Amino acid sequence: MSKPQSGPAIRAEGLTKRFGSKRALAGVDLEAAPGTVLGVLGPNGAGKTTTVRVLTTLLRPDGGRAWMAGHDVLADPEGVRRDLGLSGQYAAVDEKLTGRENLYLVARLYGLGRRAARVRAGELLAGFDLEEAADRPSGTYSGGMRRRLDLAGALVARPPVVVLDEPTTGLDPRGRADTWRAVRELVAQGTTVLLTTQYLEEADQLADSVVVIEHGRVVAHGSASELKARVGGERLSLTVAQTWARPAAADILSSLGAHRPELEPRTGRFTVTTDHGAQTLEYALGCLRLADIAVRDVVLAQPTLDDAFLALTGQPASAGAQGGGR
Amino acid sequence: MIAVRRLGRDSSLIAWRNLLNLRRTPGSVIAALVQPVMFVLLLAYVFGGSLGGAGYRTFLMGGIFAQAVTFNAAFTALGLAGDMDKGIVDRFRSLPMPAMAVLLGRTLSDLTMSAVTLAVTSLCGLLVGWRIAGSPADALLAYALILLFAFAMSWVGAAIGLLARSVEVAQSAGLIWLFPVTFVSSAFVSTQTMPGPLRTVAEWNPVSATATAVRQLFANPPPGGVPAGDAWPVVHALPYAVFCACLITGAFMLLALGRFRRITLG
Repeated sequence: MSKPQSGPAIRAEGLTKRFGSKRALAGVDLEAAPGTVLGVLGPNGAGKTTTVRVLTTLLRPDGGRAWMAGHDVLADPEGVRRDLGLSGQYAAVDEKLTGRENLYLVARLYGLGRRAARVRAGELLAGFDLEEAADRPSGTYSGGMRRRLDLAGALVARPPVVVLDEPTTGLDPRGRADTWRAVRELVAQGTTVLLTTQYLEEADQLADSVVVIEHGRVVAHGSASELKARVGGERLSLTVAQTWARPAAADILSSLGAHRPELEPRTGRFTVTTDHGAQTLEYALGCLRLADIAVRDVVLAQPTLDDAFLALTGQPASAGAQGGGR
Repeated sequence: MIAVRRLGRDSSLIAWRNLLNLRRTPGSVIAALVQPVMFVLLLAYVFGGSLGGAGYRTFLMGGIFAQAVTFNAAFTALGLAGDMDKGIVDRFRSLPMPAMAVLLGRTLSDLTMSAVTLAVTSLCGLLVGWRIAGSPADALLAYALILLFAFAMSWVGAAIGLLARSVEVAQSAGLIWLFPVTFVSSAFVSTQTMPGPLRTVAEWNPVSATATAVRQLFANPPPGGVPAGDAWPVVHALPYAVFCACLITGAFMLLALGRFRRITLG
């Protein structure tokens, strides 16, 4: 029952879980400091949801330990549940109940009295722009409204730790923007948020630190910018239209740095990673001009988290992802 | 003491939610009410004529009550499996409430459903000529016994629903056992004409004991063509029926809770 104020708000050590012959978690470690957002990133089937289910006391791990808001998940699941709000694909709203009834029920089950539960349900309905639909069965809600109701349900008890399992999967851009705004407001109030996502952009936008999960293990962790840095500096891309000039261009670009340039044969687009962006750009263009090789579409860019994902897991982020919005 | 009060409050909240769900799915409620009415009419007029006429129709009702509440166990199985399937159970389990509240809430709402079923079935019985001939106190005791048995059967349904873990499996597994359990009994016929071992099974079947005890309390004697026999569970139907209901409730409550805890933590 002790509740230490210091230390990470979310912490997992060596979580393992097996479903039959399938290894869902092969030793997951993660940590989030209070008041920060931890993004858990990975394709479908990587183990994100299993991790969430273990952390939220819904699934017993085969091995490892975890703490949420200072409570040991295995020894004190009751304590975890008191300080936890869960929302996402596996924590459903009741379609037959109205929005108001859903929130009232959750509030009562968190231990609020009748009147307090009614008041809290009203506040949340107003806060999430659901007042008009409050007394309609939630089964009649749009996807975005249902997500908002689900998110409101997670916040009923103003929990210090909130877990959002793929909160924007299947939402339209407006719904996604609404959810992002809600997450930022939560963090501004000091809440610790763990969110899983298949969308790199989402982790990039919201997360203070990111854990990349693949085949049940953490393949990378750090801040979004650290992960990008691990892919190695900036990326210089340029297109050489004439086929005959490409071998010469490849030689010139190879001399720029440690990495071989990648060539997309169809378009003639070269991409090379460099640690000294602007200088390399100038030098490369100079050399190519001297060799009389015409180039176009020159781009110097920071690596995206997509690039990071490809470099870290050996497969594009979209591989295995189905049904997502992008 | 606080734990008991919380369990009571949380289970009644869950039961409230379940009943709201039922009220907003009138189709399934009507199906549950049509089933015993159909059995009353079928047995009273298709089989009843050759089994004793008006006397059989009076006798029949004790069996119908026991059967109707047994069939409601399928509701529990289906309801729990559906809630797991839709993620409702996960939502509940992520909240700070006892695991037992989710199960007790379900069995309590199904007990309410059984009470409604009993009322409708009783009315239907009155229409085909059934009467309560015993004292009002005995009649109340009879209804209490049926509800106790309904509660026990609901826990069997809860265990099946949790073991099934999918709506489809729960649907077939929740229904299939009801037929042998309610028909290999003295609910509708005499056990005396059944072959040896089957007869013993039927005599000791809790459904038989409940039906027999209810008939005794309503003072609905078996007609000449449907002898009750004099086996121990027939003679001691009421205490044996109460014992069975308590035993089944306890055993399947532990089974369901154990299963539920294995799925989630604590």
